[in-house]
Amino acid sequence: MRPVSRVKEFNLPDLGEGLTEGEILKWLVAAGDLITLNQPIVEVETAKAAVEIPAKWAGRVVTIFHQEGETIDVGTPIIAIDTQPDAGPLPDSGPSGHPEPSAASLAAVEVAPAEGAVEPGLIGGPAPGGRTAVLVGYGPKTVTAKRRPRVQPAAQSSPQAQAAPAVPQQPAPVIPAVRPAPTAPVSPAAPVSPAAPVSPAAPVSPAGLAPKGAGVLAKPPVRKLAKDLGVDLAALVGTGPQGSITRDDVQAAVAAPAASNGRPVVTGDREQRIPVKGVRKLTAENMVSSAFTAPHVTEFLTVDVTRSMRALERIKALPDWQDVRVSPLLLVAKAVLAAIRRYPMVNSSWDGDHIVVKDYVNLGIAAATERGLVVPNIKDAGALSLRELADAMTGLVRTARAGRTSPSDMSGGTFTITNVGVFGVDTGTPILPPGEAAILAFGSVRDMPWVHKGKIKIRQVTTLGLSFDHRIIDGELGSMFLRDLGAFLEDPEAALLAWG
Amino acid sequence: MAKGQPPARDGRDDIAPEPEFVQLLNPEGERVEHPEYSVDFSDEEYRDLYRDLVIVRKLDKEATALQRQGELAIWASLLGQEAAQVGSGRALRPQDMAFPTYREHGVLYCRGIDPIMPLSLFRGVDYGGWDPAKYKFNMYTIVIGAQTLHATGYAMGINLDGRIGGGNGSGDDEAVIAYFGDGASSQGDVNEAFVWAGVFHAPVVFFCQNNQYAISEPLERQTRVPLYQRAAGFGFPGVRVDGNDVLATYAVTRAAMDNARHGQGPTLIEAYTYRMGAHTTSDDPTRYRIASEVESWQAKDPILRVHRFLTNQGLADDAFFSSVEEQAAEVATHLRERVLSMPEPDPMSVFDNAYPNGSPLIDEERERFVAYQASFAEGAH
Repeated sequence: MRPVSRVKEFNLPDLGEGLTEGEILKWLVAAGDLITLNQPIVEVETAKAAVEIPAKWAGRVVTIFHQEGETIDVGTPIIAIDTQPDAGPLPDSGPSGHPEPSAASLAAVEVAPAEGAVEPGLIGGPAPGGRTAVLVGYGPKTVTAKRRPRVQPAAQSSPQAQAAPAVPQQPAPVIPAVRPAPTAPVSPAAPVSPAAPVSPAAPVSPAGLAPKGAGVLAKPPVRKLAKDLGVDLAALVGTGPQGSITRDDVQAAVAAPAASNGRPVVTGDREQRIPVKGVRKLTAENMVSSAFTAPHVTEFLTVDVTRSMRALERIKALPDWQDVRVSPLLLVAKAVLAAIRRYPMVNSSWDGDHIVVKDYVNLGIAAATERGLVVPNIKDAGALSLRELADAMTGLVRTARAGRTSPSDMSGGTFTITNVGVFGVDTGTPILPPGEAAILAFGSVRDMPWVHKGKIKIRQVTTLGLSFDHRIIDGELGSMFLRDLGAFLEDPEAALLAWG
Repeated sequence: MAKGQPPARDGRDDIAPEPEFVQLLNPEGERVEHPEYSVDFSDEEYRDLYRDLVIVRKLDKEATALQRQGELAIWASLLGQEAAQVGSGRALRPQDMAFPTYREHGVLYCRGIDPIMPLSLFRGVDYGGWDPAKYKFNMYTIVIGAQTLHATGYAMGINLDGRIGGGNGSGDDEAVIAYFGDGASSQGDVNEAFVWAGVFHAPVVFFCQNNQYAISEPLERQTRVPLYQRAAGFGFPGVRVDGNDVLATYAVTRAAMDNARHGQGPTLIEAYTYRMGAHTTSDDPTRYRIASEVESWQAKDPILRVHRFLTNQGLADDAFFSSVEEQAAEVATHLRERVLSMPEPDPMSVFDNAYPNGSPLIDEERERFVAYQASFAEGAH
């Protein structure tokens, strides 16, 4: 430090708790002013507050080091004050009269390695969001810590270095050894090794009945770690205080495969790389091709399907339908076929120069299988009776689930239904299979409060989602088609009679 | 306004401007009478109260300046609450026990304690420990509201020891005062203390300085009813006093403490006041309250009204007032000098009082810290 002089420099203090900098808002004094103790001299704004700093000494202002608007690190001199203004003029030169901050004071704020930095989460340490944890307020921005200069430890020469704790830079490889059983007779001459055969004559130790690791010293978090990593604590020799097993001991045991108990060692970067091929590759290509070729529009309609569900129950009760799988999807398929008859343009495809309207419906049913998404279709489904349609759907899904769907089963589809309701979701925005003009998503059927004949009743309700290719189908056509699907499912008997 | 509708919150003007409270000296410095409470001070005692108020404010201002100059790590200013602290502090009898928060610098001063005592805590050179039994003043409690439980337990002990209701000979009966704020009134600890004190009839006075803000949260975020009315739910009386009136604060506190020592159980006192400064030096109140509100409270200044009273009554002249100013400046200068000359604590002392018989972990940490300290070029700071 400099010898005590009549000119004193005032360093910006930490005005909050753990603040590192402040902005000079306004100087309330100027060079040459006579000031009194505790007279406000400057307004400084920190991350927490704008405050006035009172003068620490009475005297005359010699130099103001930083102008308004400057952001200053805590510990930096901001003003020099002549504390003996009546003692005659200041010498022209010399450290005390120098207008720059003294070298010593600057050295005090030099950046040093952040050794011994406060741990995250502690007061004064870094907190989430890049701030510093403090007791009150928002906390300052985190900046490079400023530390006192450190002695470069001279290897093995300084007694201080000897006294320094032996904290290895990297975890020392600790080869775990088997603990000798406390009661096992061990000859001092016989080295204990993991492979040492236990003599059959050795007395059975009562300790052997205790739970594994019960007699071992280890802190609960270490025990938890050992359990998670599958390490037997009883098989380790502790390097901690009083022979306790440390975290490093457990981790070293894991790192040493020879000593592991045969479990697979946890390695790798916890990422799995799956080659893209087969169904996944085909699905990806189809979806990308469709999504970026056909301009999709999706519309939704929520409908009361209670009557459809009751009709299904009645069909199930018919004697010759006993062994057939009857699901709501069947009626949806029937509704689609009926509606397509009324709006054939929905059952078409885009061919560049032409729109190809089909007189047949190859009805695709999306099926989730172990191989992935498979969309087999029922050829000429429009020509089938309800019973034939039910049989075809049952067979089609069974074949798909068994993984035996042939390529021809999957080609030539003209309209597709995706039954997302089986997964318990309400609806989705389906993507068109390439070459098809429309696709219907069928959501789950739920008991819902519904206005029925002017009263709120619990009704069975589902949501339909129809995506269509806007190159072919305009909003009007799509809406009418979707409305007809809804009308069919709300009152299938009337629709069949009226449209049949 | 519909029944059960909360009061409007968009402007504090909607709250009754002048709540019902016990007042003996109004902001104009006029003595007003109250049917239940009164004071009977000599001229000298009136002047002493003024001296206390001025010195306490000056000490507080000096400590705030010391923090701004980097000599204290933090300071919790009592500016505006001098009357609440001096009035209640002077109302205590020597045998009474006080449990402060970290802002009771005025109470500490009135207990006859050297004001330097807590500054080592705020300078960060010790942990703020002192012998509570010696000073009849517990250590500053940083945990909000925790001291109300300590006070209640202490008061229950007085009951068990029979040092109450004439059981300890005349005049020696004890009572306890627990200080806290409006923010602490929302703490579970404080409500538990109320329950225990009420149920066990503990000789404790809960002295709430309602300074209107829990750091930045205004009173309407703490309560729908006046705080003193909460006491009814716990089965003991509550009273609101003008916290900027040193006479009323004294009278109400003295009566409540005497009731407690005479076996009449606890009382909740709500001293209605205002924190003129920041919550602590780490806080900026301009971010959450408006200047006009602060100005309205400046007119109710606790010192100004005593100054007017003394002048109007002919109890003091300019010579007296300037002598008080000089005395306060001396006390503040003395405080500053002693703060600046506080010895740096031995860093190793942190390990000294951890365990009476040592511990392997502490020993290891001590060893490491010795090496760490030795690693600096300039040596230990």
